[in-house]
Amino acid sequence: MTESELRAALRDYITRELIRDAAYPLRDDEGIVSGGLIDSFALAELGVFVEKTFNIYIPDPDLTVATMDRLDQITARVLRDLPK
Amino acid sequence: MLTLATRSSYRTVLDAAFLRGGDPGATAIVYLSATAEPIVITRAAFQRQVRRYAAAMTAQGVRARDLIVIAHTQNLECMVAFWGALLIDAVPSMFPTLTEKLDPQIYMNGITALVAREGVRAVFTTDDFAPLLRPLVTCAVYGTSDVPTDLFDDTPIAAPDPDAIAFLQHSSGTTGLQKGVALSHRAVLNHLAGYGDAIAITPDDVIVSWLPLYHDMGLIAGFMMPLIQGIPLVLMSPFEWVRAPAMLLRAIDAYRATLCWLPNFAYNHCARRIRERDLDGLSIASMRLFVNTSENVSDASHQLFYDRFAAIGCTRAMLSTSYGMAENVFAVSQTRAGELPRVETIDRDALEHERRAVVVAADHPRAVVRTACGTAIAGTQMRVIDRDTGALLGDRQVGEYVITSDCLLTEYYRRPDLNPIDADGWYRTGDIGYLADGCVYVSGRVKDLIINGGKNIFPGDIEAIVNEVEGVYPGRVVAFGVDDVREGTELVAVVAEVRAMQDAETLHRINADIRRIVSTRAGVTASYVQLVDDRWLIKTSSGKIARSANRDKWLRERAEAGAS
Repeated sequence: MTESELRAALRDYITRELIRDAAYPLRDDEGIVSGGLIDSFALAELGVFVEKTFNIYIPDPDLTVATMDRLDQITARVLRDLPK
Repeated sequence: MLTLATRSSYRTVLDAAFLRGGDPGATAIVYLSATAEPIVITRAAFQRQVRRYAAAMTAQGVRARDLIVIAHTQNLECMVAFWGALLIDAVPSMFPTLTEKLDPQIYMNGITALVAREGVRAVFTTDDFAPLLRPLVTCAVYGTSDVPTDLFDDTPIAAPDPDAIAFLQHSSGTTGLQKGVALSHRAVLNHLAGYGDAIAITPDDVIVSWLPLYHDMGLIAGFMMPLIQGIPLVLMSPFEWVRAPAMLLRAIDAYRATLCWLPNFAYNHCARRIRERDLDGLSIASMRLFVNTSENVSDASHQLFYDRFAAIGCTRAMLSTSYGMAENVFAVSQTRAGELPRVETIDRDALEHERRAVVVAADHPRAVVRTACGTAIAGTQMRVIDRDTGALLGDRQVGEYVITSDCLLTEYYRRPDLNPIDADGWYRTGDIGYLADGCVYVSGRVKDLIINGGKNIFPGDIEAIVNEVEGVYPGRVVAFGVDDVREGTELVAVVAEVRAMQDAETLHRINADIRRIVSTRAGVTASYVQLVDDRWLIKTSSGKIARSANRDKWLRERAEAGAS
C-alpha cells in the first residue's frame, strides 16, 4: 500500500465514521481532536480500526491528542509499522 | 456499615468508616494510573492526610461554614481536600476539571462567576492554575505547593449539626450559571442507607470507578459511599479511561471489584472500543452490579455489553439500572440487586400524542423499547403529574416526575429566588416519563436538555456560542440532541444559516470554526454541523427558532438523503 492509498483510506474512515460527514474536506494538517471535529473517545475507535484494517497495534499510551491529532500524524504512525 | 437498621447511630458524614476506627490497615482507596504503579491508601493513611490538610486549611484561615471550591485535575489531593474541608465543618464543592478541549479562559471565567455568586472563601487548585486565577477572584487561591504538608495530623473532627449543609454539588451545565445543590449531612446519610438497601451493599463489596468527582454519580457512588461505608474504592482518571477503556476491566479483574456505576454511553464505549487482545486472561465474574444511570438507559447498550463480555464473566443479572439526580443526593430509583430491569415495548404514537404507555408486540410498526430504572429507593416517593395542571396521573400515564424524600436538597445555595421544593415537600424533576407497577420509565425532559456522555448541555448555550462565528447569520442557529444507537448517547447537532452561494473554502472555514468554538467554549463536540441557506430554519409565530420542529426537519432531510 502506498502512502497516498493509506492516507485516502484513513481520510475516508475518519470523515465518514468519526466526523460523520463524508463530504467534509479534511485537510492533512487540520487538528481533528483539537479542532473539535471528534472527541477523544474516537481515538480509541481509531485504534480498533487501524488494528482491524491494517493489522497494526497502536498501544493505548500512543493514542493521544498530541500524537494522533492530524491526518499527517496518523498516516505517518501507521506507515511506520506497515510491512514495506 | 450504614444501613437502614444502623442509620440512627450515624450523625453526620464525619461518622465515615475511615474516621470511626475499625481496621486502620484496611484499603480505603486504590488510585490507578495508566503510566504509574497503583497507589494504595489505607484508612489510617487517608485519615492522616485529611487531618493534615484540615490543619493547613485552618492555618490559612478557613473556618466552619466557609464555602471551599476544589478545582483540581482528578487526583488524590482533591479527595483529601474535600474531606479536609468536611473535617473542619467547612462546605466543599468539587469544580469540574479542565478538559484538554475547553479554553482555559472560559474555565477560569466559570470559577470567577461562581466565587462572586456564592461567596466562596477559598479555591484550592493546581500550581499551574493558582497564579492565573488569583488576579481574577476576590477570594484566596491556593495551589498545591501553598498547602503545607508538614503540619500535625491532630486536627479535631468537627461536630456539625446534622441538618447543616455538608457540601454542594454543581450541575454539569456548559455555562457559569449552574446551581449549587446544597445537601445536608442528614440527607447524605439517609440516601446512603436507602440506596445501600437497594443494592444490598455488604462489607465485601469493592467499588471501581472512572467517574469524575464533580458529577453526582462520581461524587456519591464513586467517592463518598465507599469512604463512609468502609469498602475499598478503586479509582482512575476519566481522561485515561476514555482513551483506554480496558483499564476498567483490568481494574475489576485485579481488585475483584463488585460494583461499578456507568452512564449508558460507557457500555457502548467499552463494547466497541476495547481490543480483543486487551481481554486476554481477564475475568469480570467478581462483579455483582454494573449500574446504568445519568443518561437515557438503553437495553440495546446492555445487550451490546453483554454480548461482548459474557465470555469473560458478564451476566445479564449484573446489568442493573437507576434513575437519579443531585437534588436527591444521587439515586431516586434502582433495580434491586439480582433483579433484571424490566423492558417493555410500547406504541410510540400513544406515547407522544395520547401520553399513555400502551404495550404492543415487538414487531408493531410503531414499537419503541423502554427500559425501566427500577423502583423508588427506601425513603423516596415518586409520582407523575400533568405538567400543565399539576393533576396526579395514574399508572402508565406520561407526565412529569415529582419526588419527595428524606434526602432532598436543602436549597440551591444562595439562590433564595428559587424554591425547588413546594409547600407539600415535592420537588419537580423536569423529567418526563411514566410509572408502571412502581417501575420508572423515563422518556424525556421538560426542557430541551441534551445529555451527551453523561454531561448536561443546554442547546441555548451552544446556539449563543455559534452565533459569534463569522459568516453565520446571528440568531439563525439551532442546536439539538440526536439519539445515536452506536454511541449509546445523544449527539449534538448544529444547523446554522449562512449566506447562499459561497465558495467551498469559506464554507469549510465556517464549518471548522463552529466545531472548534463549540469544543473550546462548551467542552463538547458538535457531531453534526450543517450549513443551510437563508430561510431554512423554521420559526414560531413569535419569531423564535422552533427547536423541535427544526430537529424534525433535519432528521427528515437526512433520512431522505440517505434513502436516495
